[in-house]
Amino acid sequence: MDRPKSISRRRVLAAGTAGIVGAALPIAGQSPDQAARPKVPADPTKVQGPLATDVGNRSPFERPKRVSFSDRRTSSLSPLQDLDGIITPSDLHFERHHAGVPTIDPKQYSLLIHGMVDRPLVFTLDDLRRFPGKSMIRMIECSGNGGRVYRREGNITDLTPQQIDGLTSTSEWTGVPLATLLREAGVSPKATWFLAEGMDAAVMTRSIPIAKAWDDALIAYGQNGESLRPEQGYPVRLFLPGVEGNASIKWLRRIELADQPFMTREETAKYTDPLPDGTARIFSLDMDAKSLITEPAFPDKLTGPGWWEIRGIAWTGRGKIARVEISTDGGKTWQHAKLDEPVLPKCHTRFRFPFEWKGGETIIASRATDETGYSQPTYDVLLAARGPSTAYHFNNIRGWKIHADGTVKFAGGL
Amino acid sequence: MAQRSQGRRWRRVCWLVPVLACAGLATVIGQSRTPAPKPLGIGRAATAEEIKAIDIDVMPDGRGLAGGKGSVAEGASVYAAKCASCHGKSGEGATAERLVATDSGKNFDFATNGKLVKAVGNYWPYATTLYDYTYRAMPFMQPGTLTPDETYAVTAFILALNKVISDDAVMDAKTLPAVKMPARDRFVMDNRKGGKVVK
Repeated sequence: MDRPKSISRRRVLAAGTAGIVGAALPIAGQSPDQAARPKVPADPTKVQGPLATDVGNRSPFERPKRVSFSDRRTSSLSPLQDLDGIITPSDLHFERHHAGVPTIDPKQYSLLIHGMVDRPLVFTLDDLRRFPGKSMIRMIECSGNGGRVYRREGNITDLTPQQIDGLTSTSEWTGVPLATLLREAGVSPKATWFLAEGMDAAVMTRSIPIAKAWDDALIAYGQNGESLRPEQGYPVRLFLPGVEGNASIKWLRRIELADQPFMTREETAKYTDPLPDGTARIFSLDMDAKSLITEPAFPDKLTGPGWWEIRGIAWTGRGKIARVEISTDGGKTWQHAKLDEPVLPKCHTRFRFPFEWKGGETIIASRATDETGYSQPTYDVLLAARGPSTAYHFNNIRGWKIHADGTVKFAGGL
Repeated sequence: MAQRSQGRRWRRVCWLVPVLACAGLATVIGQSRTPAPKPLGIGRAATAEEIKAIDIDVMPDGRGLAGGKGSVAEGASVYAAKCASCHGKSGEGATAERLVATDSGKNFDFATNGKLVKAVGNYWPYATTLYDYTYRAMPFMQPGTLTPDETYAVTAFILALNKVISDDAVMDAKTLPAVKMPARDRFVMDNRKGGKVVK
């Protein structure tokens, strides 16, 4: 509590929500003992603390958690407003699965590569780990991320960053490049697509252009320094940087090379984008540039006029973020935000902007531009291109309204 | 002076040789793709049996379809027993999604008319997809338990409910890929490439 008054999120939260953290009131979804206030010695310098443990836990004062859209729990969203930096803790990485999370014994696991190859091959997990490996810090975003906002469902003002765009996360992924495995199997020059298939109960499948395999597709077994989390595909997943999340098939059991796409249910009936001209876009894999202010955001409350730091994340599936601009006047004028290093391709990029709040009502917003020159569009521009009831890829500029009393509410798409 | 400049030139040439060699190698790897380096010999050859055991996909031209067949009438009883509890008696949807719809507006208006519901008859571009998905992942609580005959039959029944095939049709490895779905020509490849234009 002796921190500078300026921009401590903890203070903001405590002031804004009657002290969720400070008073440790029970939070919905938590058992009473989880919510119990930890024993705090009057003076921590006068008592010995607990000793080393096998597996660490968060501070009992910190309780970030994923939330689901509905009781069906086929997805959960990352608490973007609780995160600093660009890495998403693995247990807070968003989830999306089509038939639950399978339990797979790594000793029983194998990956088959076949189809238009010279040598159909089977790899165990140990085999995959034996190949020359590679790590990369990359984001993954569900193509449905932000859909509720685009379609303006529900109470639009009382949404947190998590509820708006929590279907995006960043991890350090480790594995073997798919290109390495394809060279091992010897791919026919006539092969143009590959099928990836999971071993969940949906036996989830997607077809991917083979160029992605030669570019940066990864057969991943590691996430943030440990094995993949079950929700992220343990023991092995396909990871396609910059591509809509569902194509990065988890619990990967099979890759088949072919000379045309397989036209699976997910890539035809589901993850396609109807357009106003009477067509539907198919294999719309790349994620367009996007950004979101995560602080200040609902349910924060600015405790008074003065200097605050606007913070958030920007990302694009087409390379690096070139710049993020901030408006503090509802989109009339824009100024450059500072980007934290590292600025990595196809990865969350942290931005910061010093904001002097004069105390009046205003709307703040962020606009990302990627290295191809693509800028995050306004709601009207995106609506004109895609129509009001299209299904995926909602990346329009998002705004937050700061009210005169300091409360922050979601202002919808600008 | 002359000597020194010649020496410099030589040094430049010495630099260029490995640089060019690397560039050349990179070009070769980039273009020939396979098989670039020798295989590392990790992994083992897959047997035909183990490929067959999990190679269940079906392509739009019918590759991968199993032998067997099923009629609309046979499909009606499979559907009633295994699908209706979730998808509704006539594919109208219940706890699981709607399967039957023929209305797609004046001009495939899904982007502009939020009331239109995507289903097999008005949105799915390939009939083979229905077989593939049903065989691999349905019924939801007993996934992957239908026989090829049952799958052909229930596929036929759902296509008939959508008025895509006639009520006396029989689906097999030849007839199913020949079914042309109403939405088949509506799908276009993604043309977004970044840059200044929002598509």
